[in-house]
Amino acid sequence: MGAGHAHALYVHEHSLVHRLAPEVKLVAAFVFVLAVAVTPRQAIWAFAVDFTLAIVVIRLARLRAGFVVFRLAAIAPFLLFAFLIPFIATGEKIEVLAVSVSADGLWAMWNVIAKATLGGLVSIALAATTEVPDILRGLGRLRVPAVVTTIAMFMVRYLELVADELGRMRTSMTARGYDPRWLSQAKPIASAAGSLFIRSYERGERVYDAMLARGYTGVMPALGHRHTHWQEWAGASVFPLAALVAGVIL
Amino acid sequence: MTGAALEVSGLRFAYPDGQRALDGLDLSVESQERVALLGPNGAGKTTLALHLNGILTPESGTVTIGEQVVDESNVMEIRRRVGLVFQDPNDQLFMPTVADDVAFGPANLGLSPAAVEERVTEALSAVGVADVGRRPPHHLSGGERRRAAIATVLSMRPDILVLDEPTSGLDPAGRRELVEVLAGLEMTQLVITHDLPFALELCPRSVIVDGGRVVADGATPQILADARLLSRHRLEMPFGFTAPRHQDFL
Repeated sequence: MGAGHAHALYVHEHSLVHRLAPEVKLVAAFVFVLAVAVTPRQAIWAFAVDFTLAIVVIRLARLRAGFVVFRLAAIAPFLLFAFLIPFIATGEKIEVLAVSVSADGLWAMWNVIAKATLGGLVSIALAATTEVPDILRGLGRLRVPAVVTTIAMFMVRYLELVADELGRMRTSMTARGYDPRWLSQAKPIASAAGSLFIRSYERGERVYDAMLARGYTGVMPALGHRHTHWQEWAGASVFPLAALVAGVIL
Repeated sequence: MTGAALEVSGLRFAYPDGQRALDGLDLSVESQERVALLGPNGAGKTTLALHLNGILTPESGTVTIGEQVVDESNVMEIRRRVGLVFQDPNDQLFMPTVADDVAFGPANLGLSPAAVEERVTEALSAVGVADVGRRPPHHLSGGERRRAAIATVLSMRPDILVLDEPTSGLDPAGRRELVEVLAGLEMTQLVITHDLPFALELCPRSVIVDGGRVVADGATPQILADARLLSRHRLEMPFGFTAPRHQDFL
């Protein structure tokens, strides 16, 4: 992972999955997640198939297991919530390890865990093999409105700058002895947030000027002209289609 | 190409809040000339720059680029011919990668993808950062980011390059590299700066702007040797520096 690839979620590799066109990966991931979402929760075999498919993709992308598990921590809050369901759900009670839990709740818990894990795995595979600019380009080629992709692009570009600016403000406040403990001391934070907003707004105007200066007419030019082969669509479609079939049949 | 590349006459402009920024400014720059635009903060230097490619519209007076008087009808052509490099490279570099950013201008001109790619390579090599194309702007050093910002307008193959405070925030080596890059570019250049040694090194001619009009215009060594003129307009050579006399310079 060189300095050249700065996005924390991206893993620099030269695998089959990395080379796949971004729009193909986006559609495949979306359909796969959709297939997982509509799979009935009792269809354990279908989930096993889905899980195998996800692992195959991750292996093909040459992602390390440790990395994937570490990234999967992002879904931990959902799991935490899932573990509560059997205790708070109503309905028929069964005994598990001498604790009375709701049978329906157990299924609901399993449902959340299985689907969140599968969704997480696919998102990790997508983010680790596709750089953010490529994802945006892929969305553009999938006819997502330019307004949406442009906003996302600017957000990605300027989020770090705004975070830096916030960090510098905090440092300068701390350097002058600001150590908030009570709500009544929150005023400087509010005014810092306000001035951050104004600064970002002013930057927005300067960026717009810079865009005008280079001939911007209100439409972002389409950049990148890589041709997507039908083989890519065919090859990638195997995974979500298998998941769909598994969800419906098993 | 001979004759004036840039002709500004009687330019007047006030911001919506009533603040008068330009008050009858006249300036003529010959083709292939490098001119330093000096002056205190708030003198109207940046406002002038924003008029040179039609981002701001004057109250009265005209800007002529080559034979074209800047107006609504030719503003796109003017924006190709006058490359404006903003003070903060973070305002200039708004695309996810440097290559995308350098491609933004030529793509707006409607060039074919292959031609755009050729322009990108050409512009990045011209400023000596040919290898940073795939990187996101926030992972460049200050000097690289500045040169990448210049590449974003060079890719439009402008006749005139206008730079706003190009040395701000650069370390001494970055500053020297910038001098080398700019000195190597054969085109008309107008350089707004507070860095008087930089002006001396790069620009044979200097113009002082104060109160929205030109107050001095001459050979840089002569202008910088006139300590009284400089101090009248809040300019001074850094401690320990004196401008070489004009005859020494030649």
